[in-house]
Amino acid sequence: MKQFLNDWGLILVTFLPMVGVLAMLCVPRESEETHKLLAVITSLATAFVGILLMLNFNYDRAGILQFRVDHSWIDAINSRFIMGLDGLSLPLLALTLLIMPLVFIYSWNHIPEPGNVKAFFVLMLVLEMGMIGTFLAEDLILFFVFFEIVLLPMYFLIGVWGGPERKYASIKFFIYTLLGSALMLVAFVAVYFLVKNPVTGEAIQTFSIPELKAAGGEGITRAAQVVIFGGMFMGFGIKVPMFPFHTWLPDAHTQAPTQGSVILAAVLLKLGTYGFMRIAIPILPDGARQWAPVIGVLAVIGIIYGALCCLAQTDMKRLIAFSSVSHMGFTMLAISTLTTFGFNAAVFGMVAHGLITGMLFFIAGSMKDRYHTLEIKRLGGLLVSAPKLGWIFGLCTMASLGLPGLAGFWGEFPAILSAYAPAEGLNITLFRGLMIAAALGTVLAAGYLLWLYQRTAFGTPTEEFADDPHIHDVTTPEWISWTPLLVLIVLLGFVPAIIFNVTEPAVNIIAKTVGG
Amino acid sequence: MSLAAQLVAQVGAPVSFRGPTIDYHALAPEIVLSAAVVVLVLLDSIKLERAKAYMPVVTNLALLGALIPLLTLAYDGGTRALFGGSYVVGPMPLMLKAMFIVTTYVVVLLSTNYMAEGDYWESEYYTLLVSSLLGMVVMASSRDLIGIFVALELLSIPAYMLASWRKGDVRSNEAGLKYFLMGVFASAVLLYGMSLVYGLGGSTRLEDIGRVLADAPTDGVPVVTLALVFVVIGFAFKVSAVPFHVWAPDTYEGAPTPVTTFLAVASKAAGFVALISLVFYAFLPRADIIEPLFFVLAIGSMTVGNLAALRQTNVVRMLAYSGIAHAGFMLAPFVVAGSNPFRSMQSIVVYLVIYAAMNLGAFACVIAMARQTRSAELKDLAGVVRSMPGLAWCMVLFLASLIGMPPLGGWYAKFGVFKVVVGAETGLGYATAIIMAINTAIAAYYYLNVAKTMIFDDPPEGAPVRAPRTPPSLAAAIAISLVATFAFGILPGLLTNVTSYGPLALGG
Repeated sequence: MKQFLNDWGLILVTFLPMVGVLAMLCVPRESEETHKLLAVITSLATAFVGILLMLNFNYDRAGILQFRVDHSWIDAINSRFIMGLDGLSLPLLALTLLIMPLVFIYSWNHIPEPGNVKAFFVLMLVLEMGMIGTFLAEDLILFFVFFEIVLLPMYFLIGVWGGPERKYASIKFFIYTLLGSALMLVAFVAVYFLVKNPVTGEAIQTFSIPELKAAGGEGITRAAQVVIFGGMFMGFGIKVPMFPFHTWLPDAHTQAPTQGSVILAAVLLKLGTYGFMRIAIPILPDGARQWAPVIGVLAVIGIIYGALCCLAQTDMKRLIAFSSVSHMGFTMLAISTLTTFGFNAAVFGMVAHGLITGMLFFIAGSMKDRYHTLEIKRLGGLLVSAPKLGWIFGLCTMASLGLPGLAGFWGEFPAILSAYAPAEGLNITLFRGLMIAAALGTVLAAGYLLWLYQRTAFGTPTEEFADDPHIHDVTTPEWISWTPLLVLIVLLGFVPAIIFNVTEPAVNIIAKTVGG
Repeated sequence: MSLAAQLVAQVGAPVSFRGPTIDYHALAPEIVLSAAVVVLVLLDSIKLERAKAYMPVVTNLALLGALIPLLTLAYDGGTRALFGGSYVVGPMPLMLKAMFIVTTYVVVLLSTNYMAEGDYWESEYYTLLVSSLLGMVVMASSRDLIGIFVALELLSIPAYMLASWRKGDVRSNEAGLKYFLMGVFASAVLLYGMSLVYGLGGSTRLEDIGRVLADAPTDGVPVVTLALVFVVIGFAFKVSAVPFHVWAPDTYEGAPTPVTTFLAVASKAAGFVALISLVFYAFLPRADIIEPLFFVLAIGSMTVGNLAALRQTNVVRMLAYSGIAHAGFMLAPFVVAGSNPFRSMQSIVVYLVIYAAMNLGAFACVIAMARQTRSAELKDLAGVVRSMPGLAWCMVLFLASLIGMPPLGGWYAKFGVFKVVVGAETGLGYATAIIMAINTAIAAYYYLNVAKTMIFDDPPEGAPVRAPRTPPSLAAAIAISLVATFAFGILPGLLTNVTSYGPLALGG
């Protein structure tokens, strides 16, 4: 068993969704039930392989890559098919494998207009493959391939099944991300040519992330590192998204169908932050040290700016989208400290944000199904008309604003704390200033979330929706898809060590390479 | 000794003429194609009307026949130099020949229904197509100025006629005439440049020219610059590089779409093959002249092509401008030709092959969809996903490949170019890479605009629910392109292994 997983586990978990896609392509589009069943089975099978991997994962050695596969792929450019799982990728892999089946189950009776279950599910399975592959790839080119595969399905998810402004939102999403990833690719190639072996002093000419990490940016001058890091920053920073490249996100989120928003918030945004920790920082430590203050400042601007924008929103989904900008700001602030503590907080923040904001988008989608609008001033009295939904919503807003005892707290609080003591060589005064500003951001977060909750859940339903028969309480598919998320939000809130213990050894190594 | 020198020597000494020994195996593909041209002409003149239906079949059988010696030659391996090194058959020429033949095969598949249903001259069409192909196949092996020029004319002259094949349509006539005038003008420029090159090098063989250029003093010889610039510009017309591109959109739009496909894929590739031979076998010692020249051509082509493509409302015109932009990408490795000649050459060849696969596919889808919509205007493609879901999604895949999305072929083509220009570690190289990256994002917009129109937009009132069945030849063309596009994207090794085959002795 262990041997099989060592050889095939990661390949299987990455490409199983494609098996499902091939099966679905053979089924005519009219038999919708079959498609739903196939998609759920595929995603559950993928998750099952993931669970096997996690059970066989050696948690004592979470810092090193396990189940590593290494095959020759494109010899002409020295790019190999390398995949591996360590403490940094494991939580994110788990998050992806958890979210996808839940999204499929949720879709059982929530197929957005204009239907076409087959195409909808096929695209989501392709998306799943891309996301899993990105978290597992240990070769820059392989990483890039998976990173890009994600784009097209998401483009169509937004463009076909989205809201009224879907065409604009989808193209904006695509062009922004593509520009970033093209510059990122140039940066990857530059790394390939410039990094030298620390011992022999010869160019190592490899795309293998572990090897490049071991070289630690040897042979690249500080100025060149700053420029190349800039290329990667464009690729990952746009994906996160960081201020001032965030403008695609509110549009994409607002227009995307519920499933798209959930996947976008829960997993896709993490590709960016993950990229910083997996690739940009360890490979270009000098560049990272130079960029850290810039990233920190932009992150805090994102926190404050995102929060202020939230206060100005009239649409519930758009508000949650801007809250993502704000929350990812905390994660990026934690990363910019370049310390073990900060990286730990960042990974936790990624998972927590994935669970909580994913859940918030689920709720927003369900409310949209019931009310056919998400305009905040027309809503109200959710606790009266659909009490269970109202309480779940309440729990998630509390989690999102960082209430201790729920998962959001451990994403936010350590992130702020980490800025108190950034890595050696970084400007302590600046980071302490950022810490204070970020702390103010949490107050704003409490403000906009509580205000949102008050306006939508408290009071009595507006006249418009007072006796609307469409407004019913939580349905069975919703329960099935939401319960795991809610349980995890509470569980991680009480026992954050579940994640910290896994990530600690892995991020420790990264922090060491940047000397923090 | 070059042929010209031999002739000069013979004037003085009246010895009986001895023909060169000919390696018939190496020339077999060309012989098969020449025979095919003759057979097609004869078949037409003997059988006339009755032969029409068999023309595409005979053509394709001949093309497959020409592939057989290519396989045996590839199996034999090694490089064969004929006629004193003026004609070389090695791994790279073999792969290019295979690409030209397969491309033409697909073009014949695209033409079958188009020509039959449009009531155009059929027999001559296929004869000219194969003649033009013969020119391309010769081009792939030519290492001599005269060989290159003859090949160029052989491939161009039939193409001028093919462009105006829709005789009843003014725009097709305009297409042919424009293409002809521009082509002839370019030939004149090219010939002038070649005559200067010959004057400098004292030989028509590229190898000799390269040697002379390497030994020549670099300062104070402006005629070298003049010669190289003229030759390069001559081919810049052929590959529709900015600012010599103005003929392309009109010609592409006016010509019958299968011919457009042929021009955009095969004819352009032939121009690049000639440029590759000239630059890497002869002009390389003067990288200081050609690199800035190609920098201007490459940057101009990709930027102008992309910006103009943004404004197009006709898909074929859009593909024409996007072809100009892609030409810019393919010219980019020339910018760093001096730093790593072998890798630069390899990346251009890989790009050519992958571009052929995905562009053929895109054109095939346009032709197939235009059978119902009766036009290639973008607005007429609105919502075709409802009536032709398979075609629409295939088109999306080809467009995605043209953008450069992995795992479709286009990404590797682009990546190869990025790698070469960045790897040169020169200022021009880095500048090219950054501009390419920005252009990639611009290009995505207009490709996605087509995808958006097909998938997101609502079909016009009264559009049929189910389209007529796609004829098998078109479906086969799309399938071939799709398989190639995926295969090159997932396993680029298929291509790179061939192109990195053996040390391709540079400058010789």
